[in-house]
Amino acid sequence: MSGHTEMTLVNEDGVRIDGRTADQHRPVHIEAGVLSNADGSAYLEIGKNKVLAAVYGPRECHPRHLQDPTKAIIQCKYNMQSFSVSDRKRPGPDRRSIEISKIIAEALERVVLTELYPRASIDVYIEILQANAGTRCAGLTAAAVALADAGIPMRDLVPSIAVGKADGHVLLDLNKEEDNYGEADVPVGIMPSTDEIVLLQMDGDMTREEFDTAIDMAFEACHELCDIQKAALKKRYDTGAVREGSE
Amino acid sequence: MPGDVLDDSGMASGSNTYLLDGRVHAGILGVRNVFQNTVSVIPFGGRYMPTAGDLVIGVVEDIGPSNWLIDINAPYPAPLHVNEVPWKVEFGDTSRFIGMEDVLMLKILSVDESKKIQVTMKDSGLRKIEGGQLVEIAHPKVSRVIGKSGSMIQMIKNMTDCRVFVGQNGRIWIDGDRENVQVAVDAIGLIDAQTQSDNLTDRVREFIE
Repeated sequence: MSGHTEMTLVNEDGVRIDGRTADQHRPVHIEAGVLSNADGSAYLEIGKNKVLAAVYGPRECHPRHLQDPTKAIIQCKYNMQSFSVSDRKRPGPDRRSIEISKIIAEALERVVLTELYPRASIDVYIEILQANAGTRCAGLTAAAVALADAGIPMRDLVPSIAVGKADGHVLLDLNKEEDNYGEADVPVGIMPSTDEIVLLQMDGDMTREEFDTAIDMAFEACHELCDIQKAALKKRYDTGAVREGSE
Repeated sequence: MPGDVLDDSGMASGSNTYLLDGRVHAGILGVRNVFQNTVSVIPFGGRYMPTAGDLVIGVVEDIGPSNWLIDINAPYPAPLHVNEVPWKVEFGDTSRFIGMEDVLMLKILSVDESKKIQVTMKDSGLRKIEGGQLVEIAHPKVSRVIGKSGSMIQMIKNMTDCRVFVGQNGRIWIDGDRENVQVAVDAIGLIDAQTQSDNLTDRVREFIE
């Protein structure tokens, strides 16, 4: 956001440096059920991002003092691997990771039916294996798939994507250069069935009209993402589907 | 999928669903099931939620002076109190009767609103399990393994000549001579993988033969 470059991020024809138009997201690939130890898991690739999400629970809540007698709590740990970025990231949680963990947990709280499991904890682990901007959105999208894979009751899946502004254009799904040298970065996460926003942050400057355009773009892309999430889950369970009970 | 609209013609909302704007939405990943005027979802997996009266197989994970904590594959461990075992146990003497990692057949006595579970071993047929092999499957598949009025499980028992005990929490205990136990384990694996087939009973019978 604070960098400056001679590079043209978006040329006069509206084509970005990786060949996409302003409203195209990067190619996405999601796979559910990749870790056999976890109750639920998902692997997600979007552009050059590679994200692994694992869900354990509902299980007993540790530390005890965080227990909630009326519902389950969601504990989320977002972590970037040292090798995920070109400038080695020092291992261990830093303030950014703690913030991202908090917002992802809050977004998931809105969707998961936590009242069914009082005093329990649902642990979500998100590991970034390769980062190229938009990792918190990729993490949330993967975490939602992992939660559904774990059989945890939820209102809806949560697709998430970042919109922003670079070189004066409103763009969908910023890549690393657009994020670093652009004017605004707005990660958005929604609940597709009600179109409620569960995650929204903003970094930078945008006019009101640009913001409205950006949000509309984000909503459309999120609905597309949701279909991809569902396809990944369907693929996982299609071969082992349970027939409607007649016994 | 969670969030999918299951019905908007006014059917009642069954288990694992929720109502939004008069439409029934799925609340979990599973298969849509319609019964009379209610639509519900049969989940693919997830943690076992204990209900009173269920027979389960548990593993001891902790020992206290007046109870044992049992892992029954639920979100919470279940305490087994000394009053709920068939032996007279002195206060503090608990480890002599049941040790860590012992496998037990138990019955769920009660589950209260804050999901605190009480289990007992004081019922006919309940005991500590020794020997044999333990298989774990997703708990919604248990009814498939048991079959219509026990037909499937009866067939497996007769054809492999093994003792089989099915816990509602997805744990199954099999005891017999080694080859037959392996066949039974594989048969259960087959049921687990192919729950959608109609003539599963026949398929399993063929497999065992």
